[in-house]
Amino acid sequence: MNPRARLIVFLAGAAGFLALFASAVPLLPEFGGSFHPYRDLAVGAALRRSTENAVASVNFDLRPIDTFGEELIFLASAVGAATLLRATGEGREQDGASARVLPLTALGGYLLLPLVFLVGANIVLHGHLTPGGGFQGGVVLATGLHLLYVAGDLRALERLRPLSWCVETEAAAGGAFAVVGLAGSLAGAGFLGNALPTGASGALLSAGTVPLLNIAVACEVGAGIVVLLAQFLHQALVLTCPES
Amino acid sequence: MNDVFALTALALVVAGGAVVVLVRDRERQAVAVSVHGLLLGVLFLALQAPDVALSQLVVGTAVVPLMVVLTIRGARGPR
Repeated sequence: MNPRARLIVFLAGAAGFLALFASAVPLLPEFGGSFHPYRDLAVGAALRRSTENAVASVNFDLRPIDTFGEELIFLASAVGAATLLRATGEGREQDGASARVLPLTALGGYLLLPLVFLVGANIVLHGHLTPGGGFQGGVVLATGLHLLYVAGDLRALERLRPLSWCVETEAAAGGAFAVVGLAGSLAGAGFLGNALPTGASGALLSAGTVPLLNIAVACEVGAGIVVLLAQFLHQALVLTCPES
Repeated sequence: MNDVFALTALALVVAGGAVVVLVRDRERQAVAVSVHGLLLGVLFLALQAPDVALSQLVVGTAVVPLMVVLTIRGARGPR
């Protein structure tokens, strides 16, 4: 197809899209309007189950099967990406992993490391009370670990990174999500039903299974990202970087 | 007031997206993607979605640009 024909096809498609889009936009509810039936139902249900963070309630209590699907998608894509990167991992093993780091960068990295871990754990454990949750906290924990690479070098990261644990943690945490779900089935609440006592609203131990699922997701996502970044780092720094 | 915040953030997101497309150097593009991710996080915050904003911040400003940078470096091959 020559550029001219391609342009005509594009313009026809764009005109069709524009016509449909322009006719649909006036039918949308007003931006920032006050008619939110789903919000009213979801917030009411979240408060009845003592889950302060209504978003966490939707994700892990009201529609947990969607989140379970997302977890499986994440697991599958992490495994797939790691497999692909491993398959092309044939190359010269070069020591491009050690590098000089400015002392101030190293100091900043080592000072930030415990702080970031604390923030990550806080986001996970208070996921049912305040904005955040297992996914966000897990990513913070996983990226925080890579401050070791910023502050030191790949060797420092490799020494302190429990990679083999991460591979197992990722799988086990994905399974733990399903186990919590099956426990709900056994307790008669249905798969991923919230069968635990929901406690007092605002307490750390409240919202039933929501904190448990948050922790499982944090372990799975955090470990998955560590495994994934490990493959990327190995590809980029060890295999293809002869000098430095 | 909140509308002004949201519209400002929206304008910045549009400008940031244009910058990401217009920057031709791939490594600088990774930095631009990171800044654009930060702007998207601010937009989600302005639209009162702190959970989404937090996800966007950790994924869009940290993990994705890091993967892009590492991929660029890995794809360059042995020198």
